[in-house]
Amino acid sequence: MTQKVAITAQNVVKAFGQGAAAVRALDDVSVDIATGEFFTLLGPSGCGKTTLLRLIAGFEMPTAGKILIDGADVTEMPPNRRPVNTVFQSYALFPHLTVAENIGFGLKMQGRPKAEVAATTTEMLALVKLDAMADRKISQLSGGQQQRVALARALAPRPKVLLLDEPLSALDLKLRKKMQVELKRLQTETGITFVFVTHDQEEALTMSDRIAVMSAGKIQQIGAPREIYTRPVNRFVASFVGETNFLPVTATPQGARLSTGDVIAAEGEGSVLIVRPEQLRLGPAGVGAGLAAKVTGVVYFGTDIHVNLSLADGTALTARVPSPVDGGADFATGQDVAVTFQPGAARLIRE
Amino acid sequence: MSPAEQSQRSRSTRNGWLLSAPALTLLFLAASGPLLIVLVYSFLTPGQYGNVVWDFSLDGWIGILFTRDIFDGTMNLADAHLTIFWRSVKLSLMTTALTFALGFPTAWFIATRPPAQRAMWLFLITIPFWTNLLIRTFAINEVIRNEGLMNTVLTGLGLISEPIRLINTDTAVFIGMAYVYLPLMVLPLFAAIDRFDMKLLEAGYDLYASRMQVLRHVIVPIVKPGIVAGSILVFVPSLGAYVTPRVLGGGKNMMIGNFIELQFGQGRNWPLGAALSMALLLIVMAALLVYVRASTKGSNPHG
Ligand SMILES: Nc1ncnc2c1ncn2[C@@H]1O[C@H](COP(=O)(O)OP(=O)(O)OP(=O)(O)O)[C@@H](O)[C@H]1O
Ligand SMILES: [Mg+2]
Repeated sequence: MTQKVAITAQNVVKAFGQGAAAVRALDDVSVDIATGEFFTLLGPSGCGKTTLLRLIAGFEMPTAGKILIDGADVTEMPPNRRPVNTVFQSYALFPHLTVAENIGFGLKMQGRPKAEVAATTTEMLALVKLDAMADRKISQLSGGQQQRVALARALAPRPKVLLLDEPLSALDLKLRKKMQVELKRLQTETGITFVFVTHDQEEALTMSDRIAVMSAGKIQQIGAPREIYTRPVNRFVASFVGETNFLPVTATPQGARLSTGDVIAAEGEGSVLIVRPEQLRLGPAGVGAGLAAKVTGVVYFGTDIHVNLSLADGTALTARVPSPVDGGADFATGQDVAVTFQPGAARLIRE
Repeated sequence: MSPAEQSQRSRSTRNGWLLSAPALTLLFLAASGPLLIVLVYSFLTPGQYGNVVWDFSLDGWIGILFTRDIFDGTMNLADAHLTIFWRSVKLSLMTTALTFALGFPTAWFIATRPPAQRAMWLFLITIPFWTNLLIRTFAINEVIRNEGLMNTVLTGLGLISEPIRLINTDTAVFIGMAYVYLPLMVLPLFAAIDRFDMKLLEAGYDLYASRMQVLRHVIVPIVKPGIVAGSILVFVPSLGAYVTPRVLGGGKNMMIGNFIELQFGQGRNWPLGAALSMALLLIVMAALLVYVRASTKGSNPHG
C-alpha cells in the first residue's frame, strides 16, 4: 500500500474466558487501514466487529498480537491517551451535560483553553446542524439528534481515527439513509479516517472505500465494495454480501459443468459456481442457447421481480428481472424458460 | 384536551384528595402535634419539679446561648453550650464525610457485582439493622474500651504497652456514629450507582479523561442525588444523636441530643430543653436548605 497507514492490526487474537469455555472473539486478525479511508467492518452478529473496535479504542487488551496507530505500537496504551474517538452504538452521551458541554467534553479534558473549546464546539454544532440545540439537555433530543451529538462529540477533539459502532442501527430507515449521506459528507470534509461497523451489507457497500467482511472472528475478505460484490472469495462472502445462486460444478477443460450436464464458461477456480440473480436473463424456451428451466414461483418486489426457477435436474435458481410494465414480459408458475448468463457473470469459488 | 375530559380529570383529582384526606389529617396532626407542644413549652417558665408553669417567658430561648450569673444576675455567653453545639456539628460533618469515604467504594463494589450477587451484598449491609442501636453501640464500646478487645489484642501482640484511650473521647463517638450510620449512606449511594450507565465511563476515557477526571466530571455529578440523599440521611440523625455519645462519649462529651435530655431530666428545665429542640430543628432545616440548594444548582456552569 502506498498510502500512509493509520491503523494496523497485527495477528490480533482476543479470547474471552479461560480454558475450555474460552471464546475466540478475534482469531488472528491482520489489517491495515489507510489514512483518510472510510473503512467498514461488515459481518453477522457475534463475528467480532465490536471487539476489534474496542481493541483499537483501547477498552480491551488483545490476548496476542499488536495494534499500531500511525505506526506507533499502542497495544499497552490506555484509551484516554489514544488519538482515537468512538461513536458508541448506544451513544453514551452524558445526561448531566448540555449538548454543547457534551461536544466540548473531550477538549476540556485535554485541557485546551476555554476559548478554543467554545470555538470548536460552535464549529461542531454547525457541522452537525444542531446550532439551535446547544443548551438543551440530552434527554430533550430525538434519537437522530442524539446520534449527531455523539458524532460531534467524537469529532471535536479532531482524532486521527473515528471509530463508529453501528451508529445508525437505532434509527428508522429514512433517517438512516439521510445520516448515511451526512456521515459520508463529514468524513470527506474532515478527512478523518473512519472505521465503521455495520451488519447491513447495503450500508457497507454504499458508504465504504474498503470493506472487511468478517465471520467467526476472522476476516474473510478485504476489498473495495465492487470487488467484494463482484469477486467474493468464498461462499460466506458471496452469501453475506448480496444474494447469490450457488451451483455445484465440476471443472472441465471446456468450462464448468453443471449437474445438468450443461457447460458454462466461468472465471476463477473451485467447485462452486456463483451467479447473482440480476445477472441471469430469461428467454422463451427452445429459442437459442440457454439452460432449460421451469418457473416455480414469482415474487413481486416493486421495481423488479424475483423468479424462482428449477433446472432440469431440480437444482433451484433465482433470477431477478425488471418488473413487467403494462403488459411486458411476465412469468407464470409452471412456464418453461431458457436461462442465460450475462457475459462474465459466472464465477467459480472454493467451497 | 376537551372541556369534558378536563372536568373529568379535575373531578378524579378532587376525589383522590377526598379519599386521602383522613390519612393526611392524621399525618398532619401526628407530625405537627408534638412539635406544637414543644414550641409552646419553649415559651413557658420551668416548674420546680421539672414540669412547666404557664407563665410566658423567653428564658428558654435566651438560655440556648446565654447563662445568667447566679451572683450578680448578668448575662454571659454560655461557653459550655457553644462547645456542645460545635462538637455536634463537627462530629456530624466528620461522620458524614467518613461514611461517604467508606460508603462510596462499598456501594460501587456492590453495584458492579453480577446481579445475582448484589442481593446478597445488600443483605449483608443491612444485617446491623437487625439488632437494636443500643446493643450495637455497646458492642463498639466492648471493642474499643481500655480493657476491650482492641487493646487486649494489641497489648497481647506487644504492639502497644499502654492501652489506647479511646472510650469517652470525641473520637470514640465519631467512630461509633460512622459505624452506626454507614448503611444509611451505602443504600442511597447504591441506588444511584446502580442506575449509572457504565458505558459513560468508557465514553469518558475515550474523550481523554483520566480516572480522576472521570470520577469528578462524570461519576460524581451523575450520582449526586444519591450522595445528597445519603449525606442527609447520615447528617441529620448524627446531629441529634443521643445513644452513641452517651455510651461512647461518657457523660462529659455531650452532643445536642444529650444536652436536651439533660434539661428534661436532671436539669429540670423543660423550656430550655424545648427551645434547644426547636433550635436543633432549625439548624437541621437550614443545613438541608443550604445543602440541597448548593447541590442542585447547575452542576457545571457553561464554559
Ligand atoms: N466481555 C466479553 N466476555 C465474553 N465474551 C464476549 C465479550 N465480549 C464479546 N464476547 C463474545 O465475543 C464474540 C464477538 O463479540 P462482538 O461483540 O465483537 O460481536 P459483534 O460482531 O460486534 O456482534 P454484534 O453485531 O451483535 O454487535 C461474541 O461471541 C461474544 O459473545
Ligand atoms: Mg457489536
